[in-house]
Amino acid sequence: MAPVLETKKLCKSFGALTVAQNIDFRLAAGDRHALIGPNGAGKTTFVNMLMGVLAPSSGQILLGGEDVTRAPQARRVKGGLGRTFQINTLFRNLPVLDNVALGIAERSGLAQRLWRPASSYREIVEESRELLATLGLADDAAVRVADLPYGKQRLVEIAIALALKPKVLLLDEPAAGVPSEESSRILKNLENLPAEIAILIIEHDMDIVFRFARRITVLVQGEVLVEGAPEDIARDKRVHAVYLGEGQHG
Amino acid sequence: MSAQASGYLADARIRWTEWLPWVAALGGFFLLPEYLALGARILIFILFALSLDLILGYAGIITLGHSAFFGLGAYTAGILSAKYGVHDNFLQLVAAAGAAALLGAITGAIILRTRALTLLMLTLAITAILLEVANKMSTLTGGADGLSGVVVNPILGLFKFDIFGKTAFLYCLAVLFIGWFFVRRLIYSPFGAMLTGIRENTARMHAVGAPVYRRLVLVYTISATMAGVAGALLTQVNQFVGLNVLGLEPSGDLLVMLILGGVGRLYGAFVGPVVYLIAQDYLAKQYPEYWYLGIGLLLIFVVLFARGGILGILDKWLPFSKPRSSAKASAR
Repeated sequence: MAPVLETKKLCKSFGALTVAQNIDFRLAAGDRHALIGPNGAGKTTFVNMLMGVLAPSSGQILLGGEDVTRAPQARRVKGGLGRTFQINTLFRNLPVLDNVALGIAERSGLAQRLWRPASSYREIVEESRELLATLGLADDAAVRVADLPYGKQRLVEIAIALALKPKVLLLDEPAAGVPSEESSRILKNLENLPAEIAILIIEHDMDIVFRFARRITVLVQGEVLVEGAPEDIARDKRVHAVYLGEGQHG
Repeated sequence: MSAQASGYLADARIRWTEWLPWVAALGGFFLLPEYLALGARILIFILFALSLDLILGYAGIITLGHSAFFGLGAYTAGILSAKYGVHDNFLQLVAAAGAAALLGAITGAIILRTRALTLLMLTLAITAILLEVANKMSTLTGGADGLSGVVVNPILGLFKFDIFGKTAFLYCLAVLFIGWFFVRRLIYSPFGAMLTGIRENTARMHAVGAPVYRRLVLVYTISATMAGVAGALLTQVNQFVGLNVLGLEPSGDLLVMLILGGVGRLYGAFVGPVVYLIAQDYLAKQYPEYWYLGIGLLLIFVVLFARGGILGILDKWLPFSKPRSSAKASAR
């Protein structure tokens, strides 16, 4: 299947420090792919390059076959790229519904309308409510995000990304800092995401990684160490050595 | 930082409390005829403060140079009248708005690539440059002596500017009403919600695909246009323009007025100038040498005890002053 997202020999250096080296990566529609690696492996840097937050030093990023290596974030998002953040990056003082509605308004091209009241755009409000309902946040629509428990704030992160109806979704540690009982709720929501979306998840929680991903890439010191099916990764001695330790997994 | 008045859950209908400023203004017109000159000045600064609130309170653009647009508008109207014989009030306003919009678009396109202290210093630099330009180009601007000889034809060909300031007051009130109506529509619109989003979290607005920089330049230009109109009003009402419309001082005064009233609340821009200019008028008469002390004490009080400004205190004590959400409205 043709990839919806592809990188070719992607490199990033900060002076003498190389944080990404010749990363070749492909993601096709419907993929459930995990990117794992020890702290400082360059996972978030990779996501930031994909989104256009960081410019790569060399290499190429293709989104739907189009070269977006130097394209601004806005163009990538319009091309179908969505993301969540490792550390909550929300509109904390706005209601949950507005957090999602801002994304929907951008996607539908209504964000620049400056005469009719925002609340009169029923299509945006209704779609926001429906999206929140699918994530179990319907009752929190009018609650200020800062007043939500942390686990629900992580779900709002995902909701904003889904508001963009992305073709490719980059999930940067969606369960980071969430207690284990709440992380299963997040996992359940991730499993229920539309099947056609290509998802790349960065996660330290190996339970989530091995239950969710159908393919795993291991990144070490900015380089791809190995890529394969979860069972192959779990058996790979190099992975054990650099990341998983000596114990067997799943 | 601010009360949540805009957004997709906000009820955009005008509440009865929102008519109070207009009732008070008309009441002042009939009951306090000896204060109409001060009243017109207050109305002009409310319009100026509204323009600042749009960028500072809603879009989160910090500035110490908003007087650049106010001053340019003031000088545009003055020069057109005194040097080129354009005495039509509407043409003067349009020209001032156009000049300020142009300056806003050009300078905004440059400085809005920066943030925080760099942005603050650049805004200050722009108004400082304009002040010096106005000072040096004395053949056109009158320099330190100011520009006199400004003439404004009767409004709509009917209402002459009178010595008691009646026409000036009502004229300023009408222009302010249009400005208020426009800003109010804007902040309740999806564009206003988007601006709040930029203020709340710029990184996230980038991540949802908003062309943040372009949007900031747009709102900065709109705000500059309004400030230019306010400046032109001041020239028309005073029939004079001096260097005191440019530089740090008027920008700083405006910022103090907005902080006093409450930033990002729409009506903070109404309350702040009223309190500040009346206090200034009173204190300057009572204590000509120390009047700034009173303003300073007022500001210290607000910063220490009322971070949301005077309207922040009202929010706390008067429930009806709070904006309502459509969710609550529809539940009733």
